Amino acid sequence: MDKVNFHFEIDGENFTSAGEASVRIKKMLREMGFTPEIIRRVSVAMYEGEINMVIHANGGEADVNVFCDRIEIILADRGPGIPNIDLAMQEGYSTAPDNIRSLGFGAGMGLPNMKRYTDDMKIESEVGKGTTIVMTVNV
Amino acid sequence: MQIKKIAELLNAEILCGADRVDSVANSAFACDMMSDVLAFVRDQGVLLTGLCNPQVVRTAVMMDMKCIVFVRGKRPTEEVVRLADESGIVVMATEERMYASCGVLYANGLPGGEIANG
Ligand SMILES: Nc1ncnc2c1ncn2[C@@H]1O[C@H](COP(=O)(O)OP(=O)(O)OP(=O)(O)O)[C@@H](O)[C@H]1O
Ligand SMILES: [Mg+2]
Repeated sequence: MDKVNFHFEIDGENFTSAGEASVRIKKMLREMGFTPEIIRRVSVAMYEGEINMVIHANGGEADVNVFCDRIEIILADRGPGIPNIDLAMQEGYSTAPDNIRSLGFGAGMGLPNMKRYTDDMKIESEVGKGTTIVMTVNV
Repeated sequence: MQIKKIAELLNAEILCGADRVDSVANSAFACDMMSDVLAFVRDQGVLLTGLCNPQVVRTAVMMDMKCIVFVRGKRPTEEVVRLADESGIVVMATEERMYASCGVLYANGLPGGEIANG
């Protein structure tokens, strides 16, 4: 078996469930016996991306592929896209409206966190089409 | 500091995890922005917050925290409390404001601990 895949549909209509998939991944990685450090890095990176898909992109799909030497997280949405990725990557940059801030998000720390917690992160985004983020954590 | 001591100092009501209040937390973090928690928490076992939604619990789960303190009389829904209980997190609610809560805990020896990326 060269990889194990976990697939999740991320509901963009329902903020209450945002983050559920990442909590489930955290449990599964624990059952698979990964170290707490690896588990935290994968689940936090996925959590930030999952929340972003809900608050900025009306939901999407998440895939986690567990290989023997790495864990890959793929987040794909058909949201508005990110016009300027360099800008979006800056700490503190956020377009989140006040109602999102009052829920505890919109500090502009999510994308920088995702980069910091993973060994590799690639963002592909097209305005009006959507965004795909691939992150890798080496194990 | 034992979690039950935190509850005592803040005159807080324990909403779940009463059987786990003997466990010890060495430092705490206070914040209303969840991405800041994810950016800066390292080993802080306690999260003090004025927010009350399920993402507070999920954020604490992500950082392997042991205890959530809801300040200024905020009451989480049963659903939020259940979510925390399932993850082994102690939840308590205090009438104290954020500033006073942090001050009391700090003055009694619960420090801020080391900050990640700081
Ligand atoms: N999937 C996405 N689709 C469209 N835009 C996005 C997406 N993810 C991020 N963005 C844009 O990039 C900005 C920065 O994202 P980042 O996650 O760093 O901060 P945030 O989500 O605004 O706040 P925080 O993550 O701190 O709660 C967002 O405000 C948004 O404009
Ligand atoms: Mg974000």
